[in-house]
Amino acid sequence: MKLTKTMKSIGLAMVLPLASSLAIAESIVVQSTTSTKNSGLYDYILPKVKADTGLTVNVVAVGTGQAIKNAQRCDGDVLLVHAKASEEKFVNEGYGVKRSDLMYNDFVIVGPAADPAGVGGSNDVSKSLTTIASKQALFASRGDDSGTHKAELRLWKAAGTDPKAASGAWYRETGSGMGATLNAAVGMGAYAMTDRATWTKFGNKGDFKIQVEGDKRLFNQYGVILVNKDKCPSVKSEAGQKFIDWLLSDKGQNTIASYKVSGNQLFFPNAN
Amino acid sequence: MLGDAFTEAFTLIVSVNPELLEILWLSIQVSLTALFFSIALGLPIGTSLAITEFPGKKACVTILNSLMGLPPVVVGLLVYLLLSRSGPLGVLGLLYTPTAMVIAQVVLITPIIAALAYQVMDDLHREYRDLFQSLGIPLTKAVPTYLWDARYSLVTSVLAGFGRAISEVGAVIIVGGNIDHLTRVMTTAIALETSKGELAIALALGIILLTLALIVNAAVTTVRAFGLRNAYV
Repeated sequence: MKLTKTMKSIGLAMVLPLASSLAIAESIVVQSTTSTKNSGLYDYILPKVKADTGLTVNVVAVGTGQAIKNAQRCDGDVLLVHAKASEEKFVNEGYGVKRSDLMYNDFVIVGPAADPAGVGGSNDVSKSLTTIASKQALFASRGDDSGTHKAELRLWKAAGTDPKAASGAWYRETGSGMGATLNAAVGMGAYAMTDRATWTKFGNKGDFKIQVEGDKRLFNQYGVILVNKDKCPSVKSEAGQKFIDWLLSDKGQNTIASYKVSGNQLFFPNAN
Repeated sequence: MLGDAFTEAFTLIVSVNPELLEILWLSIQVSLTALFFSIALGLPIGTSLAITEFPGKKACVTILNSLMGLPPVVVGLLVYLLLSRSGPLGVLGLLYTPTAMVIAQVVLITPIIAALAYQVMDDLHREYRDLFQSLGIPLTKAVPTYLWDARYSLVTSVLAGFGRAISEVGAVIIVGGNIDHLTRVMTTAIALETSKGELAIALALGIILLTLALIVNAAVTTVRAFGLRNAYV
């Protein structure tokens, strides 16, 4: 059968390059939060990492909750997320070797220009959330156990409000990533909490603007952890550590600081 | 927005954007490889189901037909759990590689090809079974005849499989991880651009993907028309 022969050769032609592409020199998988990817930070620093260390860093960007779970299943060499309590738990349970502070930025609450809850210009996040709740203004939550979602829930708790009771009414849990949630928020005119980096780089802002910012409770710390070889023998410890060392070095920290989008610095290095 | 998207799509194509080519090529590579294996699996499955009789055949056909509606994200999750380092096939280290994406797509489209092939072959078998039997033609000779006779219908089912493979995002984003220069394909790139709020670029990529599908289908239709014309001349 001529056809089968042709199909076989097509098949081989397709498979061979795939097989060869697997044999890359030295590469690691980083389980990461989405903000560092969507903000363009990796596009900026990874070529420099490659030049300095020869490492190919493959980034899987998912929510912090999912990133931690993936790393627990040994599907990553390095974890780069932003939920300190969960990160410390990850290390204490033996999945991570050590957690290091890497950089920070802050969360902001964005909302439509019309500002239906009248929270614009506030720097008191608790008061703003209480106002949004009492006016039953639409609020789009990640609802996906991500770092931002955890931070948002902490802030609601601090404000003494349980938005879950209004889930589906004015409190809308999208169960999606930051970008998808922002798209939804803009689409339905809802307030949303986002990290500043994602917001700055976000391309579909509509008439939305930052309504609440500058409260120190909106602080957003990123941490980096090497996945523990004891739990996951497949982890490339040496290469992973090399990447972490680069990030924490003066050069790495300066590179992070020098990443700017339209003149704004998005991440502030604070490794010890 | 739509105007922006078309302009963007046009610019990407005209400027021969290398990143776009890389992503497009990987999409084609992954989906064609998956298609190849799915044909190799699905065609025999569908055919043997059509020409044999056994208790529980109806149930098998029903299951096969339902599997055509497998949600890609569920397939992605299953393949992820299989290939995860802590999963049964973890030692192979296949997660977050193009191979993992091929596996997921094979799971996704083999039922489509098998079920559609079954329909076609079953119809033919019903029509010719008695004739072939009375002429003493064995199944081993009948099946190639069916296949040849049904080649155009079978091509349509293959196209359906390819369309499903190249357009799905749920499975490949989980098992591939949407890693730049490694596992990023058209659909995951569209998902990424959407999440960045770059809706015009996302839509532009969608237009390019649609154009690709259009080219493939036009090519097949042409071949088919050519074949049909020759058949009757």
